[in-house]
Amino acid sequence: MQKHTFTISLFVGIFALTVLAQFGVINQYLQSVIMLMGVNIILSTSLNLVNGYMGEFSCGHGGFMCVGAYVSSVITVLCFSKNQILGAPLLPPSLALLAFPIALFAGAAVAAVAGLVVAIPSFKTRGDYLAIITLAANYIVISAIDNMEIIGGPRGFMGMNATVNGMKGLLDIPWMLLWVLFGTVFSVWLLRRFVTSTLGKGVPAIAQDEIAAEIMSVDTNRMKLIAFMLSSGIAGLAGGLFAHILGYVNPHSFDIMKSTEVMVMVYLGGMGSLSGATLSAVLFTVLLEVLRPLEIWKWVVIPLLLILLMQFRPEGIMGNKELSDLFPKLKKFYSFK
Amino acid sequence: MPLLEVKGLTRRFGGLIAVNDFNIELGEREMVALIGPNGAGKTTVFNLVSGFYQPSEGAITINGKDTRSMRPHQVTSLGVARTFQGIRLWGEMTVLDNIRVSQHYRAGYSLLDCFLRTKKYMLREAEIERVAWELLEAMELKDCALELPRNLSYGLQRRVEIARAMSLKPSLLLLDEPAAGLNSADVEGLIKLVRWIHDTFPVTIWMIEHQMKVVMSLCTRIKVVDFGATIADGSPSEIQANPAVIKAYLGDDTI
Repeated sequence: MQKHTFTISLFVGIFALTVLAQFGVINQYLQSVIMLMGVNIILSTSLNLVNGYMGEFSCGHGGFMCVGAYVSSVITVLCFSKNQILGAPLLPPSLALLAFPIALFAGAAVAAVAGLVVAIPSFKTRGDYLAIITLAANYIVISAIDNMEIIGGPRGFMGMNATVNGMKGLLDIPWMLLWVLFGTVFSVWLLRRFVTSTLGKGVPAIAQDEIAAEIMSVDTNRMKLIAFMLSSGIAGLAGGLFAHILGYVNPHSFDIMKSTEVMVMVYLGGMGSLSGATLSAVLFTVLLEVLRPLEIWKWVVIPLLLILLMQFRPEGIMGNKELSDLFPKLKKFYSFK
Repeated sequence: MPLLEVKGLTRRFGGLIAVNDFNIELGEREMVALIGPNGAGKTTVFNLVSGFYQPSEGAITINGKDTRSMRPHQVTSLGVARTFQGIRLWGEMTVLDNIRVSQHYRAGYSLLDCFLRTKKYMLREAEIERVAWELLEAMELKDCALELPRNLSYGLQRRVEIARAMSLKPSLLLLDEPAAGLNSADVEGLIKLVRWIHDTFPVTIWMIEHQMKVVMSLCTRIKVVDFGATIADGSPSEIQANPAVIKAYLGDDTI
């Protein structure tokens, strides 16, 4: 029983948050902060797979998030709201609850395929050169969408609220909060299962000595393919959730600034630590909200904090340790395999 | 059929001929040394055999399979394992994890198995873990299983590297200067270890080594190369008396 404490408290926590939001104890603003936190956790843990575990420097994570956001949004808009492409919605709103996870999954899958743009060059290219490629991938995605008039181009794309309203029509609870919480748990669970397996440990082996990895039977190309596609696919999931939280997306909310934000979270938390990435995503989101009164000055204060962090704790909050490495007693409370 | 057959192996780097018309045949359970002065092309031969370099000319056949155009991890899965001249362990991973990851080719489950923790996954992981612990136990490394390699002494790191290579269950083990940088007590330990491996596992050992003590007490056959070409091949006593070898090592004016 004790072994399941963590899992149980996680689901009790999700349930409690949803109930509190339902009865207005947590107001709209706090709800949106929690949802943003979830999206940030998904983003920072998924980028950690590439930048932390694999030791590459991907600075185009926002691009993959964008792919996921647009693909899932286009699907839900075509299905559930009046749009300029097909006119009338394809499906009745009662199917929204069923179609939404499928749309999210489709967004993630297409984002994973988009990850190939970086994964294939990574077979031969490493380090700084690969970083340039990831940057290029980010620009390609943004510029391509900018040029697609049919999905709004630079003006952005909207209409996702119809899907959320469709779900609310079935049962009036804060659906997006629930989806984000589940999405977050799912992403971290997926990543954790991968990095703790012998298969997944091939990824840090590439970071630490690629030649030794290849000679010791690790198919490095396959591992790079998995790492990049998994990372970008999960970023796509974050994008899909993000788009449906806001109900509106603009290609420029996923540009290099977004990618940088995610990178900051990864380096703040510690490379190669999932609990570090989670913790730093929470901290970063809270910090942004707390510093809101500073308005534009917060973009002076936050980078300054980053400089101080790099000076005094370059390995990030957690280094490459997990929370359970620092507090072994925690291991009693979960039984992840 | 020999385990390893190398025919007319040549490797050029630009104008430099690192390995020139190298030939060798290794049978099962042999213990052979490859010696020669620095820069003679010994490590290049190992890099070619383990698939890290592609030969400019010639052929390498392992268990009857031509390894040209294979990637290193594919060559490894044919039963070739090696250690490196400088230690190349994964420094941020525990010794146990080092020995788990090196069994990657044996994992054999898909990503989906990994996510869903299927029965196949559980069985394979248990097998990998069991092999790792057995090996650590047998090679007297059990106590440092959960240490990071960089916290271990140089001698122990060598031992871990050999254990990691053995976790691949190779039929051909290439040791690249296993005694380099070891003190005399560690060298004795190494000789014992290599002999134990040779007695315990069905493995052919081919080593590059400068310390004659190691070579003479372990190997039954020695191949000498200089400037990429083979200058002698024979039993230890033949090699010791070979004038070409003495010339290569000591120069023309032997005292």
